[in-house]
Amino acid sequence: MRLRLSEIDRPLTAVVLALAAYGLATLYSAGQTDVPTFVATIWQKQLIWLAVGTAAVVLMFRTSPRLLEWATPYAYGIGVVVLLLTLVAGTGAGTAASERSWIAIGGVRLGQPAELAKLAVVLMLARWLAERREAPATLRDLLPPCLIAGVPTLLVAKQPDLGSAIVFIAILFTMLYWAGTKPSLLLLLGSPVIGLVLAFSTVAWGVWIIVLFALLLWWRPYVWEGLAVMLANVVMGVVAVPFWGRLAPYQQNRLLAFLNPEVDPRATGWHVIQSKIAIGSGGFLGQGFTHGPQKRLAFLPAQHTDFIFPVVGEELGFVGVLVALALLIALILILLRIARRATDPYSSLCVFGVAGLLFTHIIENVGMTVNLLPITGIPLPFFSYGGSFLLACSIAVGVSLRVAWEARQSGYAEL
Amino acid sequence: MSAFHPHLLERRLRLTRTVVLGAGAALVLVFFRTQILDHSKYQLQSETNRLRPIPLPAPRGIITDRNGKILAENLTGYTVSLLPADEDSLRATLRRIAPIVKLDNLAVERLLIRYRRTPYLPVSVLPNATFEVVSALEERRLIFPGLLIQPEPKRHYPDSSLVAHLVGYVGELTETERAQRRFAAVRLGGLLGKGGLERQYDDSLRGADGVRFVEVSALGHVVREGGTASRLPPVPGRAVHTTIDLELQRYIAQIFPAGQRGAVLALNPNTGEILALYSAPGFDPNAFVGGVDPDYWHRLSVSEAHPLFDRTIQARYPPGSTWKLAMAAMALRRGVVTLRSRMPIPCRGGLQYGNRFFRCWSAQGHGDLVLADAIAQSCDVYFYQLGLKLGLTSLFEDATGLGFRSRTGIDLPGEITSEFPSGTDYYDRVYGPRRWTSAVTLNLAIGQGENAQTLVNMVRFYQMLASDGRARSLYLVHPSSSGPTPSLGLSPEHLAGLRQAMTWVVQRGTARGAGRFGGTIEIAGKTGTAQNPHGPAHGWFIGFAPAEKPEIVVGAIVEFAREGPYVAPLVTRVIGHYLGVDTTLASKIRIVLPTDTAPHAMQILPGIPEEDSTIVPPILPPSLPPDSGNAPPPQ
Repeated sequence: MRLRLSEIDRPLTAVVLALAAYGLATLYSAGQTDVPTFVATIWQKQLIWLAVGTAAVVLMFRTSPRLLEWATPYAYGIGVVVLLLTLVAGTGAGTAASERSWIAIGGVRLGQPAELAKLAVVLMLARWLAERREAPATLRDLLPPCLIAGVPTLLVAKQPDLGSAIVFIAILFTMLYWAGTKPSLLLLLGSPVIGLVLAFSTVAWGVWIIVLFALLLWWRPYVWEGLAVMLANVVMGVVAVPFWGRLAPYQQNRLLAFLNPEVDPRATGWHVIQSKIAIGSGGFLGQGFTHGPQKRLAFLPAQHTDFIFPVVGEELGFVGVLVALALLIALILILLRIARRATDPYSSLCVFGVAGLLFTHIIENVGMTVNLLPITGIPLPFFSYGGSFLLACSIAVGVSLRVAWEARQSGYAEL
Repeated sequence: MSAFHPHLLERRLRLTRTVVLGAGAALVLVFFRTQILDHSKYQLQSETNRLRPIPLPAPRGIITDRNGKILAENLTGYTVSLLPADEDSLRATLRRIAPIVKLDNLAVERLLIRYRRTPYLPVSVLPNATFEVVSALEERRLIFPGLLIQPEPKRHYPDSSLVAHLVGYVGELTETERAQRRFAAVRLGGLLGKGGLERQYDDSLRGADGVRFVEVSALGHVVREGGTASRLPPVPGRAVHTTIDLELQRYIAQIFPAGQRGAVLALNPNTGEILALYSAPGFDPNAFVGGVDPDYWHRLSVSEAHPLFDRTIQARYPPGSTWKLAMAAMALRRGVVTLRSRMPIPCRGGLQYGNRFFRCWSAQGHGDLVLADAIAQSCDVYFYQLGLKLGLTSLFEDATGLGFRSRTGIDLPGEITSEFPSGTDYYDRVYGPRRWTSAVTLNLAIGQGENAQTLVNMVRFYQMLASDGRARSLYLVHPSSSGPTPSLGLSPEHLAGLRQAMTWVVQRGTARGAGRFGGTIEIAGKTGTAQNPHGPAHGWFIGFAPAEKPEIVVGAIVEFAREGPYVAPLVTRVIGHYLGVDTTLASKIRIVLPTDTAPHAMQILPGIPEEDSTIVPPILPPSLPPDSGNAPPPQ
């Protein structure tokens, strides 16, 4: 088998290279503050990580999807074990100092295993769903995939890193959808969560239960499954309010803090205000590359990781934001096309899962900078500084390139 | 049909594309609104950078004694700070304000360095302003743009140096502390506990700072309270209630021999509650509030007496004869002796062992004694032989089991580990195999040699004797639940016998001069003299009362007690005062000299390292306080 450079997927390569360059430039600018901090030279470290990432792309491109499929259970097993280790021996760092999300050996922080575990879950779900060929038709069929995604979700939530936990859930739902699970079944699967949230308004919860009952009559799942869903919703509704009420105020605060642990809740307002000021003051064309005053004066929190997008907004304006969003959305659309054309279900599911993973990161990270979504600490692909996540993205790109190449070799043509 | 049929995939792909494009469009719309429609609003906010967060310091929780008396509280003080517009105008304002708040050029430069690190935070010019300064500044408010005078809670310790080691003090967050996870929530310039209870319970005491947002004009004048953001009130810290009896603590400080160095620790043997913890000399924790005066800090850190250093938990001393009870307890538990056992050789003022003569402290000798009398008379010859009977291996094993090589786990920061050899391999390592003899047993048996205990650890051992034989977790606020606690493993008869012997120490033994308050209570105790190669010996006394059912254990050490230990009457007075039988005024107390003077440790081994027999010099911070208000940041 010969791999020729001219046979790789050009749109994907082009978009990824553009994003990497754009991200690196933004990271460089993020370090240009009036009072230099350690962020000033962080783009050089990111350059090293980009080199590592390039090696990962080449390696994954040379790896056959069959070999990957064989290795999947091992990768997943290692992922779960490392997450367990992180819980036991993890350390905090930087803006997330109170979390146990880093794995370190001898005081040297090696990385955040959660980022790579996300890929392991994508691969494992792809393998399980591809082996079946049939779409999951009942809630019972959904049990194994829920376990595959649920175990790392719980481990990560315990760190506590709620942002990553949400990403695992999002991966589960997107991949189940791509495997052909009916949207109605996905809604039933997610319904207890809706019931729990709505339980804090009795009227809303009552309406929800009636709607759910109607849906169950309409969709007609197995009787016992319908009962289980109904029961789960009722239990959530009944339990939620008295349970919440019985907690002492400080325990309620603790739970609220658990829901949003990455940032000091007392400082949250400050972060969002500063982020919005930076973005809003950018205007149409921005304040000029490296010249954003909000960033220069260190008003922006975590401007090299979670809040890097406001740097784009402030310095390059609406145009810069449009370009960045266009590139990121193009990346997702290209991945969707590759998933569609893949030669086998496993490859297709892998690429689609990766697209779901990146999409969740993009929407949550960009959305929180304009106060559209609550603040969680998940990075923006190719922009945020961070080795583990960049490595995960590179592996994902390498796998996708290979899948696209295989489709091309098998003579795929547009219908 | 397979779920992956191209037609099905195509259908799902269409829906997915719609969702992705829809989400992208939503984001673009939000950015359009923020960046194009609301641009002028945000542009104004950014250009002027008007919104400044002003921290509202949370009052720290108060610290009280067991009866609710105040150990640490908050008073209102005034802080003068400046909201900087930019570096040049800050420099100009600082020049103008310098004569009023008495800043020299160096201090101005420090403030500027500080400003460069956190340009959006107010620069604290004077952390603790007097009323005169405040009114002088208020009169000239217009020429000081960004002037900010806020009332701030100031820590105050009413009993000052009397409780210094107990409560510790507060200071500003340092760079090293900033890197620690525990203090992640403390802002730069925020206060936190630096020692004692303030440090140990900082998490509860600290509370959470609030913040208010103000808008400032281009010159830095405060225009109005921030519009877009609300004010977050500070959350006050939680009060900490300790087990300390402040009245007893004051009494101890009053009767402690003036000018001497040492420490006194009192606790309840049945619960492990610390009743008093006093270390002399002390320091004034109030001097650290709002940045310590460099001169005062220098005096504290160069002082030979190391006043910053808590002698109850941070100093190791050879236990001397107080150790004899440990020997007796080990031997009784192993059944080597009974309370009525005699030793083969009666005391004639010393014991010939090998080619050396080991003296007893009493040159005339004590004659033939049973164990209980040997304790009362503190007879060294008896205990030399008891040590040999017990044997080195059992001694090492039991000493480890009784916690003589560990910390007590008291809830105060900085407790050091007591030292005792772990086994014979210690001597092999230090002196080389076969270069030492079992004569070391004789020194170890009378509390000399390679044995160095903290006061708190010895008092904890006497707590076991004074209760049911089991160690309690010692605490001032919360007992720690970690680890197994040691136990003597003695029968109630043995415990009673040892306590009886200890009452004889006070009635007719080595501490017979100490107060007995007309026989109203039975006090049990043991004297000790720790040989010190650097000068006069250190005096020990640890006692408890009432002997039948002890309610208090008090241990004391006085360093370099030149004329012999003062210590027994000190302790018995404290006990008598606590139990309400001693009504003598503290100022009238006369110290009586007891007669116990231990023999010098026998020089058995060539070149004994002196690590075992001296107090551990405290690790002192560099001469400039790391937490002084205006210290430059490390480069």
